[in-house]
Amino acid sequence: MVHSHFTWNLVDDWQQFTHYGFMRHALLAGGIAAVLCGVVGYFVVLRGLSFATDTLTHVGFAGASGAVVIGLSPVVGLLGLTALMAVALGALEQRLRGRDVVIGMILVLTLGLGLLFLRLYSGYSNETYALLFGAILALSTRDVVVVAVGAVVAVTALTAIFRPLLFASLDDELAEARGVPVRAVSTAFLLVLAVAVAAATQVIGALLAVALLIAPAATAQRLTGRPGVSLLLAVAIALAVTWGGLALAFWQPHPASFFITSLSTLTYLAVRLLTAGVTVARLRPAARIAASAEG
Amino acid sequence: MDRPPPKGASLQLAGMTISVEHSPVARLHDAGVAYGRRFIWRHANLEVARGEFVVVLGPNGAGKTTLLRVLLGLHPLTEGGVHVLGGPPGRVRHAVGYVPQRRTLDPDLNLRARDLVALGVDGSRWGIALPGQAPRRKRALVDTALEAVGATAYADRSVGHLSGGEQQRLLLAHALVTHPRILLLDEPLASLDIRSQGVISALIASVARERGITVILVAHDVNPLVPFVDRVVYVARGSTVSGRTDEVITSETLSTLYDYPVEVLRDSRGRIVVVGLDDRDSHHD
Repeated sequence: MVHSHFTWNLVDDWQQFTHYGFMRHALLAGGIAAVLCGVVGYFVVLRGLSFATDTLTHVGFAGASGAVVIGLSPVVGLLGLTALMAVALGALEQRLRGRDVVIGMILVLTLGLGLLFLRLYSGYSNETYALLFGAILALSTRDVVVVAVGAVVAVTALTAIFRPLLFASLDDELAEARGVPVRAVSTAFLLVLAVAVAAATQVIGALLAVALLIAPAATAQRLTGRPGVSLLLAVAIALAVTWGGLALAFWQPHPASFFITSLSTLTYLAVRLLTAGVTVARLRPAARIAASAEG
Repeated sequence: MDRPPPKGASLQLAGMTISVEHSPVARLHDAGVAYGRRFIWRHANLEVARGEFVVVLGPNGAGKTTLLRVLLGLHPLTEGGVHVLGGPPGRVRHAVGYVPQRRTLDPDLNLRARDLVALGVDGSRWGIALPGQAPRRKRALVDTALEAVGATAYADRSVGHLSGGEQQRLLLAHALVTHPRILLLDEPLASLDIRSQGVISALIASVARERGITVILVAHDVNPLVPFVDRVVYVARGSTVSGRTDEVITSETLSTLYDYPVEVLRDSRGRIVVVGLDDRDSHHD
């Protein structure tokens, strides 16, 4: 880690911050992943797929470590296995709804497999560490390009299925009656989710990727009921926590992943506490009157 | 009720055709649906005329929802034929409004009521909504639908925070937004209190009459609908019976249909009580 000192001379700070190639890579890849996770996260939260998403990140970990064992790039295994699992989940989604037990078992099974693969590879604890907790400050140009290409493909696909996906996420029966191919749309979304998981894993690691995919979107959804606004807000929050986390990690000797996950969850917590008050006041005028009488 | 019952509607047991008038809006001809080898119902014959208000009754698991799904083109018939608006079902989706059977929406779901209704306009189109003429037209359609069901006051509120009756109005607005010719409603009165049941029934009837919409409504209890209903279809024990309420819901017909003694009682206000079915119902589930 670089030992830079925050100086309050913001121009100087900015020059320091962006001086190093690894930092520019981190800002770029982190930014792209944040945008992707914000957009995809909106639908993850709307569809109640938080647990399935967490499972996908663990599948990704097993895929990446497995790829390393057989001499492939971790990204290939990461994307390949998450995409495969996405298709499987898509095929089973109707039956999986509410089946936490099945998803939970896939989660531990893949985590165990990941561990086995790492032992088989015997060595490179750095790689393990990077997969599990992210290595945003050690990204190569190639890594950045992979994340960027993945994000462009995923966002394009998501734009194409946007309205039917929103419709089916709210009520699959209504959407089906209007001719939406519900299962195909759902599988397409899970594939997009697989790409987002891969991108987020590169940035903050498999164990923490779910933070970028859930927290910003959940925060945004507490703030607005307009789909478009909510989506943009989720992107803005994801960008803010990712870049904010990077900045903190630049000047503080703690991991970037820690700052990014902490900022995400703290933002959610703060908004949740604030909006809880608003909701109560709006639903029950009497409570608001009572509160103002006290204050 | 200011509309005469459709001429020629009469009680028929399964296996016989009912003629109401020419070019029916929806028609089942000796239709049957099976899951695996077991028929849910078969030999169903039904012709629904334009503007009719048909209520589908029957015990749980008798295949009432399946009947609606057949008319939507979401479930294939195992035998027989089905026509909706003169073609195969599912061909003209915007002309058929649908309200599925519902548990209440997730209270955490933060989506404006009007956005839910708007999905009825363009939710099945690919891509995202682009700026231009379309949004204005869409907004006008949504506003009209919200007004028709009296939901304008909470159009900008979050659907998760609305009451069961308010959510039901929104789903009705969603179904009405494309100006359909048929409304298929699956238990729209379930999980509503008695007063809301009456209000929503009257609302559905008045909108349908105003716009000349044919209504096929699945219900558990015919009572809130008695003032509006033209015809009743009773689905039970694998077959269907159709006719005017006072023809179908009689001790004799229901006893034949269930092959079990059933007593139909009417109170001073014309409300109907069906006795003797409950034990039988639980065996059907």
